[in-house]
Amino acid sequence: MSERSLDISLTVNGDPVAERVEARKTLVDFLREDLGLTGSHVGCEHGVCGACTVRVNDEIVRGCLMLAVQCDGAKVETIEGLSDSGEVADLQAAFEQRNALQCGYCTPGMIAAAQELLLQAKKSRSVPSRDEIREHLSGNYCRCTGYHAIVDAVEAVAQARAGGNT
Amino acid sequence: MKPAPFSYTKPRTLKEAVTLLAKHKDDARLLAGGQSLIATLNMRLSAPDLLIDINGIKGLDGIAKKGRFIEIGALARHSQVERSELVAKHAPLIALAMPHIGHAAIRNRGTFGGSIAFADPAAELPACLLALGGEIEIAGPKGKRKVKADAFFKGLFETALRPQEVLTAVRVPAADKNTRVGFAELARRHGDYAIVGLAACARADGKGLADVRLAFFGVGATPMRAKKAEAALASGNIEAAVAALDLEPHDDVQATAATKKHLAGVLLRRVAKQLMGARS
Repeated sequence: MSERSLDISLTVNGDPVAERVEARKTLVDFLREDLGLTGSHVGCEHGVCGACTVRVNDEIVRGCLMLAVQCDGAKVETIEGLSDSGEVADLQAAFEQRNALQCGYCTPGMIAAAQELLLQAKKSRSVPSRDEIREHLSGNYCRCTGYHAIVDAVEAVAQARAGGNT
Repeated sequence: MKPAPFSYTKPRTLKEAVTLLAKHKDDARLLAGGQSLIATLNMRLSAPDLLIDINGIKGLDGIAKKGRFIEIGALARHSQVERSELVAKHAPLIALAMPHIGHAAIRNRGTFGGSIAFADPAAELPACLLALGGEIEIAGPKGKRKVKADAFFKGLFETALRPQEVLTAVRVPAADKNTRVGFAELARRHGDYAIVGLAACARADGKGLADVRLAFFGVGATPMRAKKAEAALASGNIEAAVAALDLEPHDDVQATAATKKHLAGVLLRRVAKQLMGARS
């Protein structure tokens, strides 16, 4: 049956959520407006800037290019969850230490994207190069830093997690 | 901007999806990866009454070798194709192109079939399909049919798909030891749509090349074969091929026609070297 509003149930940052949502509502608007999780940001709303990056079923996605109704049954994780669990604590510390953020608007998306790269690296037992870091973060715009400090921070964490001395 | 209101339904079978399309016609849109569609909804460039989410249909996301062909299901995600050993081994041109498609988060959602059906003139996969001489499998009210890539891309965002049809899979000939492929594109930011790109396929023939197929993208309304350049390249002369480039790009927001034409030549030199090198 087709409906303009639908009931969905999912987990968000580990908590079960059941809500009725408009079919047209994007995932990021659902997270921000219905659940009050405002760590995921809304930038361009057409998939270019990456500010709305969140994790759905263990993969990063654009929160503006997925509908909330498509997340029925899914596992959604936002920067709030990644932060509270401590999963990205080292990335957050490295971003702060290296001034890898100024206004902070892009940072939740940057951290989520960087964390995916680092998890992939762990799986393949490799350490991503600066080029690979830039490529994986190419879908996330930062208008403050010029990216250099962000790449520095991600590289430092990549090496530290691999057991290097940086 | 937010999408205009629409209804949403998630059929579980292909037949159900085709029936829904037949019933709602132009008022409905198929939702696969959504990486282009939802952007156009957000900007209200598109305002359908109904979205038919085909992600719940089983069996459309496989990647398999079938005889002399590699078949990629319409719902295979770009990231899945990118990681596929079968694709790397038997469809090396597609493997070369995958990292250029969008960004990591886009590739996690975007689908192979969606990219072909949307037919953006600056997209990588339609050009790969054209270069490989692939075919597209389509399901409609009257059953299944196949369309060759040469006949599929008809105009700007226009394909041989009819309003009531669903693209279900794509098949390309599996590479053999004589297959040579090359791929290059120029974009302002890695992952963005190309200013100009080139997907190419050929067969090693002694010391030279035969069956050269050059498919440029970002230079016209559809991916474009450059047939005069293909003939020149088959005779082994790269500069003659560049001089013979029969493309007539238009100015767009990214570059002028003259720049695009120049860049097409730059890419042709790079890709020609890939084609003439040994298959890696």
